[in-house]
Amino acid sequence: MNVKDTNTQYGIVTKLFHWLSALIIIGLFGVGFWMVDLTYYSQWYKTAPHWHKSIGILLFFATVLRGLWKYFSPSPAPLASSSILVQRSVKAIHNTLYLLLLVIMFSGYLISTADGRAIEVFNWFSIGSMGELITDQEDIAGLIHEYLAYLLIGLASIHALAALKHHFIDKDQTLKRML
Amino acid sequence: MKKITLATALLTATLAMPSLAADYVVDTKGAHASINFKVKHLGYSWLTGRFNKFSGNFSYDENNVAASKISINIDTASVDSNHSERDKHLRNDDFLDVNKFANAKFESTKVEDLGGNKLKISGTLTLQGINKNIVIDAVKIGEGKDPWGGYRAGFSGTTKISMKDFGYKMDFGDISFDLHIEGVRQ
Repeated sequence: MNVKDTNTQYGIVTKLFHWLSALIIIGLFGVGFWMVDLTYYSQWYKTAPHWHKSIGILLFFATVLRGLWKYFSPSPAPLASSSILVQRSVKAIHNTLYLLLLVIMFSGYLISTADGRAIEVFNWFSIGSMGELITDQEDIAGLIHEYLAYLLIGLASIHALAALKHHFIDKDQTLKRML
Repeated sequence: MKKITLATALLTATLAMPSLAADYVVDTKGAHASINFKVKHLGYSWLTGRFNKFSGNFSYDENNVAASKISINIDTASVDSNHSERDKHLRNDDFLDVNKFANAKFESTKVEDLGGNKLKISGTLTLQGINKNIVIDAVKIGEGKDPWGGYRAGFSGTTKISMKDFGYKMDFGDISFDLHIEGVRQ
């Protein structure tokens, strides 16, 4: 298995970034969905948000590295069997997924830092606040964080269904290139 | 004849003055008023917060305290406990549900003079759309001219409500209020 991407196959680094991100994002979504309804007396009331934030910040750093890696190791060429229109829309969907991910992470950061507090990442280090940038920051950032997360998961589901369609119906290399 | 009418009118007006309670607007503009609350944290300590935005007016005459009235309108979204994540939680439907209940209101129904500047203010608190009669134990701090040509009167008061009376999902017991109101006479 190659480290860098080739013209026909994703390399090990890209695959790890892709599948670990997928796993973590789905996990963060699930935890986020669950933790906002925790009662005050739950033992998870403090722990779940702490982990959600810590892992989210680490994912941000991983995503920056992932972007750099994508730059240094260009992805395989699109399959010749798909039309230009399909290739372009697929590209647009992939870029939208990255953009949503970044906006969700940044809005999450803005919720917790709206009052000048830093975010503790697993008590290893902390990420400082940029101060209150807009009024009602925690509420506005909270709405953006919530709704874009639904959108991201919706789009990622379409992305996954499309990959399965390529694999089982078109029987082409699309999914295999990422496995 | 005209002169006499005018003089009578003036005299009547002058005599009537002291019995007319003066109207005051709560000085939220200059932030000489505050609505502070405290609630127990785990039963181990007090957590304090306040509402940053509210408005109100009252009428007060020290010679006729029973004729006093006060009305306060609170912007529930302005809750501030000095922690934005907690404030966001306080605004959601676990607590204040500010999208549904943007305002809380206090309207006095009866004011009693207890002597020695002490007042007992009974009234209706509307919170989470629920009306509840509460009593505020108040004390007049002082009144008089301010250095800028106005006239002010100030009070402080305390009251308590029970979380379970307002349908909150969680019950931390009583919420105590610490109120400070200064009004500028109109």
